[in-house]
Amino acid sequence: MTPPRRTRRRPQPLVPEPAPRPPQPAQPTAADGRRPRPNPERLYSVAGSDGARAELDLVTLIVARTAPPVSATPEQSAVLRLCRAPLSVAELSAYLGLPFSTMTVLLTELITDELVHARAPIVRQAVPDRSLLEAVMHGLQRL
Amino acid sequence: MDFKGSDTLPGPRTEDQLPHTAQAAVKIVIVGGFGVGKTTMVGSVSEIRPLTTEETMTQAGIGVDDDYGSDSKTATTVAMDFGRISITEKLVLYLFGTPGQERFWFLWNGLFEGALGAVVLVDTRRLEVSFDVMGRLEEGGVPFVVAVNSFPDAPRYPVEELRTALDLGPDIPIIDCDVRRRASSKDVLLTLMGFLHSLAMSGALI
Repeated sequence: MTPPRRTRRRPQPLVPEPAPRPPQPAQPTAADGRRPRPNPERLYSVAGSDGARAELDLVTLIVARTAPPVSATPEQSAVLRLCRAPLSVAELSAYLGLPFSTMTVLLTELITDELVHARAPIVRQAVPDRSLLEAVMHGLQRL
Repeated sequence: MDFKGSDTLPGPRTEDQLPHTAQAAVKIVIVGGFGVGKTTMVGSVSEIRPLTTEETMTQAGIGVDDDYGSDSKTATTVAMDFGRISITEKLVLYLFGTPGQERFWFLWNGLFEGALGAVVLVDTRRLEVSFDVMGRLEEGGVPFVVAVNSFPDAPRYPVEELRTALDLGPDIPIIDCDVRRRASSKDVLLTLMGFLHSLAMSGALI
């Protein structure tokens, strides 16, 4: 039996690699001028209006800076309690049962109010960080 | 811990909490068609029970999926399972299993772009369902390896025949695996990391 066949594709010039960035401080990544992405209609039922949203990744680590203030909403309080230890946006989304986009809006408010820190992920670079790759390999070998 | 409210709020078990030293995370995506074993693979190597994150949007934003119902404003939810592996006290790896269907990709802005690399999990009974996602990864310059999940009744092709069918260059690893086994899933991830490392050594990363 012969398997079905495909034809490989090439990297698209309109989708350049993100420019190499210096080591990321504990700040959400700013918009970097890549092509605009589709922006589907999103849900804001929890998080309210659409302010300037931080660029949060699924694996941005969120850490609470304080205990929940009395003014915090139930959702904000829940995030602050969950993030006493670092927790990814994806895990917060899973535990709180909120869609990712709703979660990012909620978190952006908390970042703006300086109630949480965001620790940016390490993303793939045009010039890969070999020591990073080796660290991941060693970690996996210990599994 | 004096985790106030921990008895009423869902959250990680104490032993599943990351240390405060955790500074940054990296991610690897596992892509493939429904039922190919993405979640099984995530679960076999994850240190936490696999979790599910969702993204929700209205159908109007997709323009497809008319079969979901006549109401054009019906929300469509796409779920993605993920797991976690602590690499060091400072570094955490997340594994995301994501559907291969093209209409889901843009829901996860940045998922592929920031990933170290990808595992394309294929089932030789339905090889063609992975074609689009491979093309997408190639277009985005995301390095990937191909892992063939060995189902008992699936046709078995020699690796070179698969390489030809999938139109993959000679450098891209193609490996057999049984994702139910932790050791096998670990081998797949190590194959990907070895591939990424060789690209880094040769300076050939696209």
